[in-house]
Amino acid sequence: MGYRFRTDLKWSDVTPKGVFLNRRQLMAGAAAFGLARPAMAKIAAQPSAYSTDEVPNTLEDITSYNNYYEFGTGKEDPAANAGSLTVKPWTVKIDGMVDNPGDYGLEDILANVTLEERIYRFRCVEAWSMVVPWIGFQLSDLLARAGIRAGAKYVAFETLMRPEEMPGQAYPILDWPYREGLRLDEAMHPLTILATGLYGEELPNQNGAPIRLVVPWKYGFKSIKSIVRITLTDKQPPTSWNMQNPREYGFYSNVNPEVDHPRWSQASERPLGAGIFGGRVPTRKFNGYDEVAGLYAGQDLAVDF
Amino acid sequence: MGPVQRINGWLRAVPAWTLYVAGALPPAWLFYLAAIGRLGADPVKGLERQMGEWALMLMVAVLAVTPLRRFLGLNLLKFRRAMGLLAFFYVLGHFLVWALLDMGLLWSQILADIVKRPYVTIGMAGLLMLVPLAVTSNNRSIRRLGAARWQKLHRLTYPAALAGAVHYIWLVKSWPLEPFVYLALILLLLAARLKLPTGTAVRVPAAKAGRL
Repeated sequence: MGYRFRTDLKWSDVTPKGVFLNRRQLMAGAAAFGLARPAMAKIAAQPSAYSTDEVPNTLEDITSYNNYYEFGTGKEDPAANAGSLTVKPWTVKIDGMVDNPGDYGLEDILANVTLEERIYRFRCVEAWSMVVPWIGFQLSDLLARAGIRAGAKYVAFETLMRPEEMPGQAYPILDWPYREGLRLDEAMHPLTILATGLYGEELPNQNGAPIRLVVPWKYGFKSIKSIVRITLTDKQPPTSWNMQNPREYGFYSNVNPEVDHPRWSQASERPLGAGIFGGRVPTRKFNGYDEVAGLYAGQDLAVDF
Repeated sequence: MGPVQRINGWLRAVPAWTLYVAGALPPAWLFYLAAIGRLGADPVKGLERQMGEWALMLMVAVLAVTPLRRFLGLNLLKFRRAMGLLAFFYVLGHFLVWALLDMGLLWSQILADIVKRPYVTIGMAGLLMLVPLAVTSNNRSIRRLGAARWQKLHRLTYPAALAGAVHYIWLVKSWPLEPFVYLALILLLLAARLKLPTGTAVRVPAAKAGRL
């Protein structure tokens, strides 16, 4: 693991709860304490208009509380077990209905895109949420490079299958490898990114290194980690949680306070990082990313959940 | 003297009230860790889950008292009331963390969850079953109710423990091991109470051990 981000000063220490501060002011505040990191960041990334100005969770929160069942079902398991994952070299196979199928090396992928910092809200299906400063690029850029063939309607993703480095894959919790999918218009939306970094650094293994999907208006499990394969297809691809329990986890899985999980309410969420008295806030439809609503015009989201 | 008898001998020297003291320490420590931010990214879930798991452990311990005595001759009877009451207080703490910290006193959602979410409903049922047991866990109540009626009432422990285990299984997202371990232990300990024709035969070793 590289150096730790602000080991002795937490965001929650800097910013009293409820006090609005945009990120730049916060950075300036941190800089005043001699702790500014962005200047030292290894990854150069452009700021993005798609970023929220909500205060990100601490790097510690983001890297110590993960659902990554390939490394165990406990929230702390990925941080404990993902260190041994080999992420270099890494290739992503792009196949299916594309003009330029093939194995794309990660360096090659990165050499042809513009990295941006995207500070996104992240809403887990378990009704907690964080704010995460991802570094990544639009999935649409990579798909354009691969050349989408006419007739392609969906994009399927697959996580690495490597039981010797991913101890959780020894247990049939899910039908490994982890699979996810998006409709093509969802995949092409500018909010949809492939992330390769976090807080100006390379993505930690427990967060889905070296390359993962981030779809901020959908529940977190849609944002598949450690991607090794991207397939363009004309059929809706099978997705892991939907395969495990189709009644509870739909293909779309858009954040929606009006459609409850069969076993718990999705009407509100607990933003993490606010301490034990942080309480709940109402969950917003599409996680507050209203600009995606048009993608679902004419669809009944209680049916297509 | 066999090892079991030796343990029984030692335990005679331990007053039951020490259990209340010992039982108050873990939650106090846990709340302290949560308050100073040492319980991870989600201290509320940490508190809630840990209190719930400890409550289940205590329920298992309570249910183990009779089988341990019957099959091994180990006598923990004088600690059972303390363990039972601690189990109740842990369940109550678990509930309060949920209502106050997790749900943040959003009463409409709390009530909706109790009615609509089966795992919350069964958990609440378990808690409510423990209330009359906690209230009557004293000598005066035993005298007032009479031993037979009191014992009958306290068989509510069995459905309450099962409710706790089912509550746990029902809330997890996939199929982790722990909730099933609790359910299996509770079912095993309940099965150990069934009066089988062979019951007297299994008793023999304990009786024999007593004579050695």
